[in-house]
Order: sequence, then C-alpha cells, then structure tokens
Amino acid sequence: MAKKESTFLSMTLTLFIVTFLASLALGVVYELTKGPKALAEGAKKNFAIKKVTPPFDNEPNAEAYRIPTADGTDSLTCYPAKKEGKLVGTAIESYTMKGFSGLIRVMVGIAPDGTIFNTSVLEQKETPGLGTKMTEPFFKDQFNGMKPGSQKLMVKKDGGEVDAITASTITSRAYCDALQRASDAYMKGGRHE
Amino acid sequence: MSNIKEFTKGFIKENPVFVLLLGMCPTLGTTTSAINGLGMGLATTFVLVASNVVISLIKNVIPDKVRIPAFIVVIASFVTIVDLLMSAYFNSPGPNGEPSLYDNLGIFIPLIVVNCIVLGRAEAFASKNKVFPSFLDGLGIGLGFAFALLILGTVRELLGSYSFFGYRLIKSDGILVFVLAPGAFIALGFIIALINNLRKTK
Repeated sequence: MAKKESTFLSMTLTLFIVTFLASLALGVVYELTKGPKALAEGAKKNFAIKKVTPPFDNEPNAEAYRIPTADGTDSLTCYPAKKEGKLVGTAIESYTMKGFSGLIRVMVGIAPDGTIFNTSVLEQKETPGLGTKMTEPFFKDQFNGMKPGSQKLMVKKDGGEVDAITASTITSRAYCDALQRASDAYMKGGRHE
Repeated sequence: MSNIKEFTKGFIKENPVFVLLLGMCPTLGTTTSAINGLGMGLATTFVLVASNVVISLIKNVIPDKVRIPAFIVVIASFVTIVDLLMSAYFNSPGPNGEPSLYDNLGIFIPLIVVNCIVLGRAEAFASKNKVFPSFLDGLGIGLGFAFALLILGTVRELLGSYSFFGYRLIKSDGILVFVLAPGAFIALGFIIALINNLRKTK
C-alpha cells in the first residue's frame, strides 16, 4: 500500500481517529484497573493505620473524618480505630513542609488521652543515609508515649526533649513539626468519646 | 537469519545505555536498587514492544506530515496503560512497610513517554519495517535496556547498601555515595569503560 497523501483532510481525519482510538483504549484500561487500584491504595493505608494504633476491629477507612489544623489553614484526615465499639486510638495523616527536601507525610497514632502511640512515615524525600534515618526505631520510637500537651516536641538544641538524628537536625525538627501539627489539630477538633 | 539479529543487537552491539548512551534520565534516576532498575526496564520494554507493533501496523495509513504526533499519541497511550496497570498490581508495600515498586519509580513511569529510545525506535525502525521484525526490534532493544538497568542497579545496591535484591549481605550502612546521584554517574562510567574494553579486545 502506498503512503497516504498529506492533505488537510487526511491529516485531520487520521489524527482524529488515532486520538479517538487511544482514548477509547485508555478508558477501558482505566475501568479495568479502577477496582484493584482502589484496593491497593486502601490496603496501603490500612497497613499504616495498623502500625500506629493499638489492635482494632473496625474499618477505620470507612469512618474517616477531617479536622482543621490549629491555625485553620488546612485540614487533616483522621482514622478512628475502635475495639468493640470503644475508641482505642486515632490515626492522623499529618505532614510538614519543613523537611530538608520539602514535604514529609507522617501517619501519627494518638491515644484517646492525647499521648502519641506510634508514628510511621508515609512519604519523604530526605537524603538517603542521613535524613532517612527518621524511619528507624532509634529515632521515631522515642516519641511513643510522649504527651505533646505537657512535653515539648522539640529537639534538645531548641530546648525540647527530642534526641535529634546526628547531622540531620532539620529533618528531626520537621518530624517534630508534623507530630505537633497532628496533636494540635486532634486536641482541638478530634473526637475523643 | 536477519530477524534474529534484530533481536540480539540490543544487548551488546547497539545497547541503548552502554553503547548509544540514550535514555540517561531513567537510567541514572531509578537504578538505586536492582529491583527498581529491572522494574523500570521491563516497563519500558512493554511500551517499546507495544508501540513498535502498533506503529508498524498503522504506518501506511498515517500521512507523512503528521506521523510524529500520531506516534507520540500511540506511545503516550501505552505509557498511561503501564502506569495504570502498575498502580493497580505493583502497589502493595513490603512486609516492613517499604514503599511499593510503583511508589519507588514514581514520576519515572509517566516519563517513559519522553524516553528518546521509544520514539527513536518508532521513527528509525517500526515506521519502515514489517510487524514481526518491529516486534523483535522492540523486544531486543527493550530487554537490552532492562539488562543495562539491572546491571547498574545491582552494582549500586551491592556497593551502596551491601544488599542484593533487598537481601542484606553485610550488616552495615554501605558506601552512601552509590545510592546518591554522583554514584550513578561513577558506576555507569566504569561499566561503560569495561564494556568498551571488552568490545575492543574481541
């Protein structure tokens, strides 16, 4: 078959058909992957919630609600974890922009009385081998059992009680900031029942 | 038979990374570990094979003046399909909450669309050849790319975190620079030197 002539009509028509078929194929694939994709995202979230709260038997994803941050400029998502109908902890998806490379997202588990149960990093772009140490137990587990209302969530250099990571003070400060944001919002607008 | 040559040329003689030095952005960006490099390589292979086949099928009905836009649409569609498939089936976190393969590769999957290897093969090979040789060409070049990324990823993971496919060999921090960007350039440079040496002595 000979090459087609490049006339205005043939060019327009070909491009239209190519883009039309492409969008049709994409629509089909999108529909096919929508279910598994949502499932994978849900499983990922459940995994993070499980890590930061005591054992629960409800579906925290389904009962999620949003609370405003303390300064009122944004809102955070809360996942209440309940056992036999009683609240045992709340997982709060918090974040900070003060990381060495910007955004760090942290899942913070807070017990009903306001103490931190556990924390887990969801997303970060810190320097490998330095700032990424914040995901290791020696740093992040020191927050477990802290009560941000009566204890200062600050590194020791700034007059607080947190041991910073060597050579990663900025990351350590950012981590405190993310936890503080979650705690402040929870004390103000979280459900404690 | 010449068809076999179309397939094997991608590994050493025309290896897109080690010989042609194409696609450096994903090569340097995603090879922090062997599994990331392999994942990226196989995703690119899928796009290469699929777009090569489709372009060689439609090459005769596309007017010459709009062939590049038409090829780009085909390639972009397959990249989006790979992105959707990976977000659905390669998106579960590891046993200790390590990020999934999809999270690790992140922006580099959508960026396959601007990988010059893909458009290069479409323009230089698939638009001039029949379907079956185009299929073999895409497969060969794609697997050559995956093979290069796997080698680079393995070297960087071995030196950078003393592990192999996620299994820690020595309990220690590793030579940090190999996980960072400069280590990618250094490792790639040494591997290219080695390959050139092998090619010359042959």
